[in-house]
Order: sequence, then C-alpha cells, then structure tokens
Amino acid sequence: MLVAASGVAGGIATVAAGVPFVASMLPSERAKAAGAPVEADISKLAPGERMTVEWRGKPVWIVHRTDEMLKIIKNGADKVADPESKKVMQPKYATNEARAIKDKYLVLVGICTHLGCSPVEKFAAQAEAFAADWKGGFYCPCHGSLFDLAGRVYKNKPAPDNLIVPPHKYLSDTVILIGEDNDKGAA
Amino acid sequence: MAATKKEPVVVNFAGPFNAPIGGLLTWVDQRFPLMSQWKDHMSEYYAPKNFNFWYYFGSLAMLVLVLQIVTGIFLVMHYKPSAAEAFASVEYIMRDVPGGWLIRYMHSTGASAFFIVIYLHMFRGLMYGSYRAPRELIWIFGMVIYLCLMAEAFFGYLLPWGQMSYWGAQVIINLFDALPIIGPDLSTWIRGDFVVGDATLNRFFAFHVIAIPLAILGLVAAHIMALHEVGSNNPDGVEIKQNKNEKGIPVDGIPFFPYYVVKDILGVVVFALVFCAILFFAPEMGGYFLEYNNFIPADPLKTPPHIAPVWYFTPYYSILRATTEDFMWVLRIGVVAYTLLILFTARGCLPKLLAALIAPVVLIAMGVIEAKVWGVVLMGVATLIFFLMPWLDKSPVKSIRYKGSYSRWALTTFVVVFLVLGYYGTQSVTAMGTLISQVGTLIYFAFFLLMPWYTQMEQTLPVPDRVTG
Repeated sequence: MLVAASGVAGGIATVAAGVPFVASMLPSERAKAAGAPVEADISKLAPGERMTVEWRGKPVWIVHRTDEMLKIIKNGADKVADPESKKVMQPKYATNEARAIKDKYLVLVGICTHLGCSPVEKFAAQAEAFAADWKGGFYCPCHGSLFDLAGRVYKNKPAPDNLIVPPHKYLSDTVILIGEDNDKGAA
Repeated sequence: MAATKKEPVVVNFAGPFNAPIGGLLTWVDQRFPLMSQWKDHMSEYYAPKNFNFWYYFGSLAMLVLVLQIVTGIFLVMHYKPSAAEAFASVEYIMRDVPGGWLIRYMHSTGASAFFIVIYLHMFRGLMYGSYRAPRELIWIFGMVIYLCLMAEAFFGYLLPWGQMSYWGAQVIINLFDALPIIGPDLSTWIRGDFVVGDATLNRFFAFHVIAIPLAILGLVAAHIMALHEVGSNNPDGVEIKQNKNEKGIPVDGIPFFPYYVVKDILGVVVFALVFCAILFFAPEMGGYFLEYNNFIPADPLKTPPHIAPVWYFTPYYSILRATTEDFMWVLRIGVVAYTLLILFTARGCLPKLLAALIAPVVLIAMGVIEAKVWGVVLMGVATLIFFLMPWLDKSPVKSIRYKGSYSRWALTTFVVVFLVLGYYGTQSVTAMGTLISQVGTLIYFAFFLLMPWYTQMEQTLPVPDRVTG
C-alpha cells in the first residue's frame, strides 16, 4: 500500500515535472506576435500574371485573372472535388465560383493543403506530364496535387481541400490588405 | 553476467605503479570488472563458426556510428544553429575551415553509408531468421535503433538550411498536421512556430546532437547485451548452445576475439575503400546523398520544382504518395479479404476475435477520415510492421536455407518491391509511377501480413544438427 501510494505520488510528480519542458516547445511570445497583416500593391500586376507576398512566413499569391481564365473556371466544375467551395477554406465573402471578392483578383495562401509544399504555377492550357488535357492552374511538385485557377483541388489527388483564401480586404482599387478583413478584425 | 571469481579487495597502499603490468591489471580488476567484461564480450564470447559475408554489417554499423559522432563533434564547433546563419556557416565549413569540407563530406556520406549498412544488416536478419525466439528483444532493440536513426537523419537534414532541408521538414512535420483533432496543435508544438523557422532549426539541432545520439548509444548497448545473453544466430539457424563440449563451450563456436575481430577488420578495410572512393570522387552521389536543391538557401516562399526525400526514406515516401482516394477502395477490399482469411483459416479464437473487432473499426474509420491521413498511417505502419516479424514468421525453421520456396520468393519479391518503391519515391509524380507504387504498397504489406500462412504451408528442408561450412 505504501509502495503503491509512493509510486503513484512519484509518478504524478514526474509527469508534472515534464510539463514545463513540453510547454517550453510551444511557440514563444515573440513567434506569436509576428503575425501582422501585410499590404500588397496590385497596380502593376498584369492580366494573367501572379505576384507573391509573404504573410506570417507563408507565400500569399495574388493572381490577375483574364476573362479567358474565368471561363475555364466556370467550365471546369466537373473536374474538381469541391466546385462550390462548400468546405470552409475561405472567408464568407470569397465563397463563390471565383473564390474572390473581385472575380479578377484571386488571393490564395500558396501552401498545398496536402503536406505544405508550395505549388507552382502552370497557367498555360497545354498537355503536361501530369495531365494530358491540362487547362491551367497550379501543380504541386511534391505529391502531384492539381488545383484550378480558383485554387480548387482536382478530384482524386493527395490534397483533400481547396487552397486557403486568407482573410483580406481592398484598401483601395490597387491595394489589398492581407490578414485582416471587415468581418471580425484581424484574423 | 558470468560470475568470474573475484579476489577480495586487498588495499595495497603501494599503488599500481611499482608493480609490473600484471599487477596493474589485478589492481584494476579488484575495483572494476575489466577482465570479466573482456572475456564475456570478446575472448570467451563464442560465436558460430559459419558466419559469412552478411555478418560484417553489425560491426560496420558500430564503426559508422563512431564516425558520425566524431565528425559531428567537429562540425558542431563551426556550425551555427540559426535560420539567419546556418546556411552560411555550412558553406564556411566547406570553404574556409581547414579540412572542413572533408569532415562535412565524411558526415554526409556517413549518413547514407549508415543506412546502406543498416538495411543490409536487417536483410541478414530477415534471411536467417535472426528475429526468431529467443532473439525477439535483439530484433526489437534493433528496430528501435532504426527508428531513431531515421529521426536522427531527418533532424540532421534540416540543419544545412537549404531548400530541400526546409521543404523536407515542412512536408514531414505536416504529416502530423494530418492527424485528426490534435494534428494542427501537435505540428505547431513540433515546429515551435506557425511555420518552419528559427525555433524549429534550434530544437532540431538539440535533438540531432544530444537527444537522439544518446538514445542510440543506450539502445546499441542494449542490442549487444541482449545478443551476448542469448548468443548469435548463424546462416543455418542452428542453436550452437545446444551442442556443448565437456567444458561447456559450444562445439560449433569460436571466440569472438581473435577470430571475428580479424574477420571484421577485413570488412572494415573493404568498407573504408568503398567509403573513401565515394567520399573523394562522388560525395554528392549524383544528387542522391546530397540533393542539388540543398545548395540553394531555404526560401519559405518557393518550393523547389522537384522535391524528394533522401534515398533512404523514399520507399516509405512512395507508400505515402500511393494512397489516393481511389486507392482507398483497394485498401477497403484488402481489409475485408484479410479479415475473411483470418476468420476462416486462423487457428485459435484470439486472432478471429481480434479480426472481427478491429476490422469494422478500421472500415468505419476509412469512411470517416480522408485519404491524406491514411497515407501517413500506412507510411507509419510500413516502418512499424517490422516489429511483428518474430510473431508473423511461423516456419518450423529459422534460416532461408531450409525454408521452402514460398518464403524464398516472398523475401526476393519484398526486396525488389522495396527497391522499386525507393526508386519511384525519388521521381516526380506520374500516373504510371503512382500505379506501380500502389501495386508495390500492396505487395509490401502482403509480405508481412500473409507470412503466418505461407511460412506454414510450404515444405521445409531438414535442418542439420550442426552448422554447415
């Protein structure tokens, strides 16, 4: 009885002593603080081109889509797993076909929802090694996931979800603030 | 421990220095079990006399471990574990530190050599049934060492802070992110930040240079203590301890020192020749030992166009990539078929009961949890399933020499599949590659899961009483 009791007490003490060590591996206060919103100037972004800004250490893409590209998105609904963006991978104001506030400008976190690689742009509609009837979009080099020009994931690929649309808002016609919107302040 | 008779300690105030060398040995032996340890593990450790080529790799693994520790110590003297300085400090070692390039290439080539040696060592165990009773614990300690080695290699690969370091770590840490409920918090905890960054690099450095090496050293000691407790297996799978002479020494045993020390030194010389040839003429090994993309500093905004782990992880990486939504249906059919196989053919109630309970849970989980998670699970199971070898192999004989044709074909196919999976793991994704990886994944698991059946169904050969030449 005494042995059992001291054993249990000793065990609890050992586990409790482990807590500060485990806790020390959590993000530090400095790491938590480094998440401020960033501004992106899109005035020089030509149609059909993409720019990348860094937000919270991650790449955020802004794509200036042409009418042609938007047409491809409209016609490609049968190829993607979640064409209507039912799963919440975007703020409410981007839950539409183009997954954007303004159809022309797509804002995406450039991190594959599979294992966190950054997909590469393959905007040209041409035969590719990974898909013979490629219509343009993003290709993840790590595990072969495909995304269309709205960041919607193709069916039967390793990535389970569409690419994330970060909270963002337009400060003017040519400046986007990433990391903050009008819904609930800083996300 | 064999109890060698110890003389009672007589305090000799004259000390060891005015006695001849035998006196020094006695002085030490009365205070520390030096000679008895030497006898237990070297001069009176009787190993089977029929060890062949495959028995070089245990001692070579120890050699590479020492090489990695020594070169590692000297690299740490110049390396800076910080995201801002790590890449530059490695280039500093390569260019400015006298002989730094040599020490760094020894360490990076040593990492690949370690896995080559360990894979061959494991293959030896699979061939000759070295995992069978009474050697289950040797095998289990060995498998834990293998897992530690993979962790050690993974942590170490982040340290140069190149593109492959960064994105490799990103992918592997995100594996944990896939786990339901705890996943995102767990991966944040592992990183110490919301992205792979300075905090991640610092802790990986701590694991790589302190935590895991300490664990490996302890496990290697346990591995060898367990081995020397039960004695070595051999290519015939005959227990030499069952046939001892009047002195209690196995008739088919020879003392490790000097016989196998001399043999292993030959192995060391040949290994050193091959190692140095790679070290001096092809340290990058065409991008397999050191990937070209890792000579570009880490860039969190840009994944390299082609990303693959280092070669020793690629078989498991292929299994991860093979698990797509469609493949889940094949896996479901596999689970059902395997359950039926157990229910209709297994002996005893326990396996049937377990199968009947576990299968529905797995099938439901397969319906609820997405394919991404199952890729991670399959990859984990592919490494852990080796632990079950002692209980999966039901053959009446240990060695492949006396097993039947099913076992021979199974092991041959397994090795081929392991290499094929490894090859496709280094390649970009193609439809054909994915299909081959999927077939390979099925064969990989079939090798283990069907082992209780094919090892019992086949006709085995008679095992001799004593070891053959």
